[in-house]
Amino acid sequence: MAGHINEMIAPERIVIVGASLAGLRAAEALRREGFMGQLTLIGDEPYPPYDRPPLSKQVLGGRLAVEHTTLALFQRLEAQWLLGVPARRLDLAKRRVLLADGRSVDFDYLLIATGTCARPWPDAEEAALDGVFVLRNRDHACQVSARLATRPRHVLVAGGGFIGCEAASVCRDLGLDVTIVERGPTPLGGVLGSTIGQIMAQRQRDYGVYLHTGAVVTTLQGNQDHRLCGAQLSDGCSLEADVAIIALGAIRNVEWLLNTDLSVDGRGIVCDLYCRALDSQGAVVENVFVAGDVARWPHPLYAYDHQLLAVEHWGNAVEQAAIAAHNMLSPSFEYRRHTALPRFWSSQFGFNMKSVGLPTVADEVVITQCSFGMRRFTAVYGRQGQTVAAVSFNAGQMLPSYQTLVEQAAPFPPDLHAADGPARAQPMPAGFPAQGHPKYDTGMEPYTVSQP
Amino acid sequence: MRIIVDLNRCQSFGQCCFAAPDVFHFHNAEALEYDPAPDEARRWDVIRAAKACPVQAIQIGLDDEEYEGAQREKTHGRSYQ
Repeated sequence: MAGHINEMIAPERIVIVGASLAGLRAAEALRREGFMGQLTLIGDEPYPPYDRPPLSKQVLGGRLAVEHTTLALFQRLEAQWLLGVPARRLDLAKRRVLLADGRSVDFDYLLIATGTCARPWPDAEEAALDGVFVLRNRDHACQVSARLATRPRHVLVAGGGFIGCEAASVCRDLGLDVTIVERGPTPLGGVLGSTIGQIMAQRQRDYGVYLHTGAVVTTLQGNQDHRLCGAQLSDGCSLEADVAIIALGAIRNVEWLLNTDLSVDGRGIVCDLYCRALDSQGAVVENVFVAGDVARWPHPLYAYDHQLLAVEHWGNAVEQAAIAAHNMLSPSFEYRRHTALPRFWSSQFGFNMKSVGLPTVADEVVITQCSFGMRRFTAVYGRQGQTVAAVSFNAGQMLPSYQTLVEQAAPFPPDLHAADGPARAQPMPAGFPAQGHPKYDTGMEPYTVSQP
Repeated sequence: MRIIVDLNRCQSFGQCCFAAPDVFHFHNAEALEYDPAPDEARRWDVIRAAKACPVQAIQIGLDDEEYEGAQREKTHGRSYQ
């Protein structure tokens, strides 16, 4: 019975570590479902929860003031907010979170929603050069936006994933020279595969991006004033740059948990379908839940070879947070499972891109609907003859029908009889890298946490 | 006021852009962009936009009282700009 707390297990104190999208939506769900006790949100940034997707788009382009990104609230929380101070340690036996400033907060139930941070440039001295930025939080977006407004002569984007491509798109909107350096054969190859990545590569070149694939940035060079002036690439090329945006993916914020018995490493915190954390033996830790970018769980649609799924997308933070909150207040027979399909959107280079399902597990891809000149099209991904994902490019109205195909694991290639479909579906290799890109960590990639 | 659009749900029908053109617009033709903190004077337009949305992707939030408490309690306060 929704809205009723089982009084036998009713917690009095719930602590949420992580005051961003997942933490906020979990807090709202707890109150909505009737939790009356003390609710504490702990966040390492000094700001109330804000929305991150606009940071690499409107905020970067100077079209939206960063203060406007504060997330709308849909429920009175009457929470205690501890902002601007990170959690440093978790004491599971004492049910206590220790903060970096020495304070501690006791809990009955804990939700871990600490998310990720930007992977920093590996060389600290080069990273400190004036003009070198990462792009993950509000402060970063302000810094990069302010620098782009000074009209730098050449922007280098290291990494052709979502953030790198969105940032490069903004640079082109602003009429700035920009180079993307990507280690794979195409941009977005880790999330869309190199076949669709090839289409994106052409699109980016049409928009005036200098696309440099098959190489990584090895050295950032500064002048005598410690300002960035150029970069060396692994293929021997060098290029001039006065701004570098380091977009090499994210690192999960788990270092404060490494001394616990939770099942945690650089890939995230392992939890079950009900968002309950597991310990290092695989047993459920009854009073600790996990949600958002930092969680890894066995999604039933994608549990090939017992792989765990981690999804760093907006929708997952919202959905997983609500389920974790519900289960925290419910007896086990009322638990809900977190089985929502992964979804994302991105806008870049005149494409509004939307995805449902999990493209990265695919072996083949087919373009099922397409307009003249590829101005709008939909790509469907298949794995061993089953449909696993669909991505639309300026064709979002088609996506809900594809969602059904993905949920049903329909035969691939799907037989759509679409008026704008090809005469005969011609699947192509999807072209995902053999070593998974960390964007979707399927548990295959050896990948360790670097201690800050 | 604060609003949020679920852009997973949004299908670019564009009805909001007609109802509240100061708040919602398409960037580069197809990608919906919006001001998540529109001026209070736009409230009625935004309500009309939310009602007009064919997929009901626009949600209007409560006011910010909760966050004012959060700001007061923050420990290492530093503000940007």
